[in-house]
Amino acid sequence: MAEIARPETAAPQIQPPSEKSTTFWSRLGQLFIRQREGSILVVAILLLIYFGISSSDFITLQNLRVISQYLSATSIIAVGEVFLLICGEIDLSVGSMFALAPFIVYFVNQAGIPLWLSIIVALLASLALGAFNGFVTITFKIPSLISTLGTQFLLIGITLTISGGEPVIPPHVGSLNQIMGAGPYSELIWAILIAIFFQVVLSFTRWGMHTFATGGNLLGASEAGVNVNRIKMINFMLAATLAGLAGIMEGFRIDSFDPGAGGTTIMFNAVAGAVIGGTALMGGVGTVIGAFLGVLALSILNDGFTLLGVSAYTYDIILGLAILVAMILNLRLSAWREGRS
Amino acid sequence: MEHPQSSIVLRAEHIVKKYGPVTALSDVSIRLQKGEVLGLLGDNGAGKSTLIKILTGFLQPTEGKIFVNEQEVRLRSVTHARSLGIETVYQDLALVNEMTVYHNMFLNRELTYAPLPLLNNRKMRELARQHLDRIGVRIPSVNSTVGRLSGGQRQAIAIARAVSTDARILLLDEPLAAMGAKEGALILQLIHNLRQMGNISIIMIAHNYAQVLEVCDRVNMLQHGTITLDKKAQDTSLDELNELVMREYRLHLPQANNH
Repeated sequence: MAEIARPETAAPQIQPPSEKSTTFWSRLGQLFIRQREGSILVVAILLLIYFGISSSDFITLQNLRVISQYLSATSIIAVGEVFLLICGEIDLSVGSMFALAPFIVYFVNQAGIPLWLSIIVALLASLALGAFNGFVTITFKIPSLISTLGTQFLLIGITLTISGGEPVIPPHVGSLNQIMGAGPYSELIWAILIAIFFQVVLSFTRWGMHTFATGGNLLGASEAGVNVNRIKMINFMLAATLAGLAGIMEGFRIDSFDPGAGGTTIMFNAVAGAVIGGTALMGGVGTVIGAFLGVLALSILNDGFTLLGVSAYTYDIILGLAILVAMILNLRLSAWREGRS
Repeated sequence: MEHPQSSIVLRAEHIVKKYGPVTALSDVSIRLQKGEVLGLLGDNGAGKSTLIKILTGFLQPTEGKIFVNEQEVRLRSVTHARSLGIETVYQDLALVNEMTVYHNMFLNRELTYAPLPLLNNRKMRELARQHLDRIGVRIPSVNSTVGRLSGGQRQAIAIARAVSTDARILLLDEPLAAMGAKEGALILQLIHNLRQMGNISIIMIAHNYAQVLEVCDRVNMLQHGTITLDKKAQDTSLDELNELVMREYRLHLPQANNH
């Protein structure tokens, strides 16, 4: 209970620190919030155990590598989506960015530019296209659900046009290919490092705080002087750049740049992973680690079903249900946070 | 508390605000002395919010002059007004429910371990707690998210944030709106505490005359876009304020009957 004490009785030293009871509550709260990550981790482990028992092929090095391949590219995309979702936006075009970026690498390299520089050019192009998403969304006040749906088709069209609809073999520069996805686990290592790095950015930098503030109270954040449009713009740029990076690495890993790669499937999987991991579609709430674990659980489920010979249709049913349950849990969680029953 | 004429921190002279053919403020002059709490009363639509928005730089007056510390200024924007020490707490409070109390208090003024871009949460937590203690706001913990606090606690946090800057002039837009008696009393106590400290001057918009007489040094009544009463709180009474408003009602009665 709040208490506004008269100043004379409110000298800090004699004020009874009522911190104890509330630290308990905030601890409990933090535990509950952390539990979102904890519970999704438990789900992932239970799935591992279940599939491990059900199929002798499941707990093998090859198969764990397959899971890591499902996981890596999608989780990198999910990181960008988490930032956007928290600040109250979404990017539906990341799957197309994923397909386009490798072709930018390819054609820039074809023009005689060294591969490393081509990769940087492609990442900068992704960044610019993210800025385009941000510009359209912010300037014309179009909901990003619509504006990035437009970009999604635009980018797919560009990719199909410049590639002629045919896959190409990526350029080869030995160690660079290995680092950029072709080496065993290189994509996984990137994915883990990116998740850790951006969790730190989200939790411990002004950028992260302002991302939460923008999604939590857009008007309030701008009244406090936060440049909410700049925050949104940066997060659009981040999401597109990470999607481009994931696409390039996936292309190097499978040693083919495919215009049909990614698309809406990888985008929805990334968003689903984020939501299952506790990110609110309404903004203001979410973690990168949660999204990583969410994508992990989906990857295990996907791979396990494949091994058991369960139809992909069943997987979609499970995925759909998992998203619905996660959404309902999120709403319950935010209702609880508001302290209104 | 008698203040010499020279200690007027905010003065507005003959403010007129027109929206096309509609006149929101016809001729308003007010002054705010250093360390005083000025209650601004008035019916809905009397122009209170318009006046506050002009004083906070959100709206530009059609005519009239504004002086801050006796210097004439044209308040270009909220940021400009803020740079002159004018802070406003609006009814929506501008707090982020999902964030902790101390992150809200330091929103957009976050402390970092410079040159590292990492937040210095420990320092912010400590300073937030100290500041709340100093002005006498007690909340369970600065670590709780704002969404978990009561309406009164949130209002207190919003006021505390406004005065934690270099604010010299605080504009409170209905700080007691939609608040129960107990919570309202806490906010009145907070305003009282700020007045005791004396280095901040407050204009408070309110509906409840009793609360205003309780905490304010002076009362201004705004009716039909102009100030109709300007008295020290001790020189006026609930009866006088009620009479002033009832007179207005009676004025409107015959017209209402003619329809």
